[in-house]
Amino acid sequence: MSESGIVQDFLVESYENLDRLDRELVGLEKNPKDKDALAGVFRTIHTIKGTCGFLGFNKLEKVAHVGENLLTRLRDGQLTLNPERTTALLGMVDAVRLMLKEIGSTGQDGEVDYAELRETLTRLQNPVAGDAGSAPASVGAVPCPALTESRADKKEEKREEEKIVQPATPAKEGASSTAEATPQTPVKPPAGSRHKSDDSTRKPVRGKIGGVLVERGAVQPGDIALALQEQEKGDRRRLGEILVALGLAKPDDVSAAQQILDSKLRDSAAAPETIRVGVNLLDKLMTLVGELVLARNQLLQIANTVEDTGLQAVSQRMNLIATELQEEVMKTRMQPIGNIWAQFPRTVRDVALGCGKEVEIEMEGKETELDKTIIEAIKDPLTHLVRNSVDHGIELPEVRVQAGKSRAGRLILRAFHEGGQVNIEISDDGAGLSGERIRKKAVERGVATAEQVARMSEREVFNLIFLPGFSTAEKVTNVSGRGVGMDVVKTNVEKIGGLVDLQSTPRHGTTVRVKIPLTLAIIPTLVVTCAGERYAIPQVNLLELVRLEAEKVSTAIEMVHGVPVYRLRGRLLPLVYLDRELKMAGKALEPGGSHDDAVNIVVLQADDRQFGLVVDEINDSEEIVVKPLRKQLKTVKTFAGSSIMGDGKVALILDVLGLAQRASVVSESRERPVAEKAAASAETAGEKQTFLLFAGLGDSRMAIPLSTLARLEEFPISQIEMSGAQWVTQYRGQILPLVRLAVVLEERRHRLRALQAPPAPDSGPLQVLVMNHEGRTFGLVVERILDIVEARADIKSKATRAAVLYSVVIGDRVTELLDIPAILQIAGVNAALAGQATKAAGVAN
Amino acid sequence: MTHTSQFCTFYLDKLLFGVELKTVQEVIRSLEITRVPLAPEVVSGLINLRGQIVTAVDLRRRLELEPRAADLPVMNVVVRSEDGAVSLLVDEIGDVVEVEETSFERPPETLRGSVRTMITGVHKLKDRLMLVLDTEKACQMTADAVVAGQ
Repeated sequence: MSESGIVQDFLVESYENLDRLDRELVGLEKNPKDKDALAGVFRTIHTIKGTCGFLGFNKLEKVAHVGENLLTRLRDGQLTLNPERTTALLGMVDAVRLMLKEIGSTGQDGEVDYAELRETLTRLQNPVAGDAGSAPASVGAVPCPALTESRADKKEEKREEEKIVQPATPAKEGASSTAEATPQTPVKPPAGSRHKSDDSTRKPVRGKIGGVLVERGAVQPGDIALALQEQEKGDRRRLGEILVALGLAKPDDVSAAQQILDSKLRDSAAAPETIRVGVNLLDKLMTLVGELVLARNQLLQIANTVEDTGLQAVSQRMNLIATELQEEVMKTRMQPIGNIWAQFPRTVRDVALGCGKEVEIEMEGKETELDKTIIEAIKDPLTHLVRNSVDHGIELPEVRVQAGKSRAGRLILRAFHEGGQVNIEISDDGAGLSGERIRKKAVERGVATAEQVARMSEREVFNLIFLPGFSTAEKVTNVSGRGVGMDVVKTNVEKIGGLVDLQSTPRHGTTVRVKIPLTLAIIPTLVVTCAGERYAIPQVNLLELVRLEAEKVSTAIEMVHGVPVYRLRGRLLPLVYLDRELKMAGKALEPGGSHDDAVNIVVLQADDRQFGLVVDEINDSEEIVVKPLRKQLKTVKTFAGSSIMGDGKVALILDVLGLAQRASVVSESRERPVAEKAAASAETAGEKQTFLLFAGLGDSRMAIPLSTLARLEEFPISQIEMSGAQWVTQYRGQILPLVRLAVVLEERRHRLRALQAPPAPDSGPLQVLVMNHEGRTFGLVVERILDIVEARADIKSKATRAAVLYSVVIGDRVTELLDIPAILQIAGVNAALAGQATKAAGVAN
Repeated sequence: MTHTSQFCTFYLDKLLFGVELKTVQEVIRSLEITRVPLAPEVVSGLINLRGQIVTAVDLRRRLELEPRAADLPVMNVVVRSEDGAVSLLVDEIGDVVEVEETSFERPPETLRGSVRTMITGVHKLKDRLMLVLDTEKACQMTADAVVAGQ
């Protein structure tokens, strides 16, 4: 994030904190013993101090610093909070607020150094002074007089210029307490001369009247200097007035400049005025707008049938308003993709460093906005892709130099809107994918046969890497902290209605393109009718519509061994009859039989296959509000959700992928050799499963089904804590109990001691398999992760020890399959962590 | 004073059932139902309840009773469940009755199968028995309920 972004965030955050401080301080006054509230106040000031030190706002830091000192003593109980101290602290809050305003408008924390306020705060750290009530007038009953005083005192020492007084005007609306502190309202310069002060800053600075005048070309910089000199000599008029008086500027220019200045201040004061709104409220708004859109659709339908120009005009207007409202509400949930990209430079740096590479990251279209839920959903897949590009895509510096490229690889992230969707591209200028290697690996891994890969186009070959089981095994330990492979990326992106595509040119690099919808709540669909019911098909999956007239049907639809196909521009398109798939009695129940009517084919894309869906009628395209199906219907994979249509009836949204799977387009298609093979092998011998292999004790190999695994993580030993006798670590806001495989496999008599041993501080990071078992999350600490393989677990033998379910042969080696419930029992991991651990350990002993 | 509770009653194939009044959101006449192809048989479809899409469960099928004759009118008893509102389709609505704890009895041991999990007991009313239905269980589609379409 850019520095101005950081400053902006700092301002917004600080304003919120300051408002809270006001309340807390006042509350504290009533109840000065409230330690928690004091600690909270302390933390807030400490945060502000720390951040402004980091951003170089030294004056602000100084003020916050003395305030913090006072708060430290209050917190530690060395002092008690009395009204005077509260006043001084509130004065500090106001001072901080003024300086923040200054930062917002000029980027600097101003000229005033609040020496008096600091003095007061320092003096109040003295136990006697604070309690004796010997305070000077400067710390009166209200915080602001303190400020005014301190400011007024500075008149000899520093001239107070417009820049300082003016921020008080917006403050009048904002912080009411400062209102009476500034009796003067800055008006256009010629209007009045009540300012005690004026400025003599050496050179015109942006945000001051001199600067604005120079910028506008109304006066020469030299003239400003002249006027400033006047001020130095004791002229108390404002700079603009002096300029006018000296005939160096026209009154019009000065007042125009003043207006610009005023509006700038207003803008900058308005900028941080954001409100934090609960996501729940936004969701609710979204739902309501959804309802409104439905009502509008209904209204439009009615209006079209009634001949009433008044009604039609109103409904048209309503239509426009609803559309606009929908767009605006959608915007409230939008976040720039830059929010998640911000962490990538760091990720890239770490990964690059880890594998000895040099990588430069470039980002384009950071401001591209996406729905909040989508942003969250694509964060992990994108991180994975970025890491992958650095890890596998970009070559080592020496290799790059040899290939005639620059030492440092380039990684480009690009995001842009296109056709109602967001495109995210991750490109590297690395070695590109080698089709040959992928072919070889695919055959090795058993995801495809040699003949099949030989027939595939280059693009198809590249997309093989998204298949489950196609993992670059030798790198498997590097996946820690992410999902488990490219297939997970694909699955996650598809889950939110997106697509992943990969293009690669050998020696020139790889580009992964992720296409995702802007929002999930409202989607454009095509409404079709089948067997008297309407179904909505998401436009994302829609390619084209084909209508076959009745007389052409019998010749256009051909049969391949009982399977209907249609020649679409020379390629065979498998046809799926919706009524048949849904087991409904539709017109086309008898495919291949006599067709009296025209046939409507909706050409759809599922995964990377195309098929034609035959429906009774194609109605219209409509934007619909997606409502998820309740759990009673979750088992029906053919539907993605439901929606209320314009006439108030409910229609189902087709899940094109689910439908394609049901119709076997995706999983058993002739053109889909990989899946075909998997299906064939499933028929002949048991089902294939994917296993995660890791090292057991000694030389043995152990495995768990990949499906039981939530994530792979790596925890540094410093993050491991003891809860009773249980190793735990903090993980995603929860306490994750850790079970050490080595201890579980240990002989019983040694187990208790091993169980309770604290982690050795000098050992390396722990490899942890995060798993869910019956609602409990726990981490299994293993020595080494070996591989992810797909295998059939059909050669089994009985377990030789507890904690093992049975032994299987995976990849020609005997591998023990872990019995997770048994492990949990042995390790004694339970809801009540620590107590249970000891008890179970005792039993085991 | 004995503890009393209120039940909303309805009829299914001549049997009187009761659900706790506080779980009932509303009772409405039949609404247009959108069938869900391939869905479990007990799910009649989806209805639009003032902008909210609610799953309609055919309680006769759920309780393994005789299927309703096609021409028989249905009523929707909309109950609140963990997973949002669910409409239970019943034959006819009865009164709201107030019963005392003392009239309650566990279901007879001879009542078996999945129905037993849904019927928590019986209230002995003056003239007849009221079967107490656990709506949460009735709305849950367990494996045995998911039969059709798969």
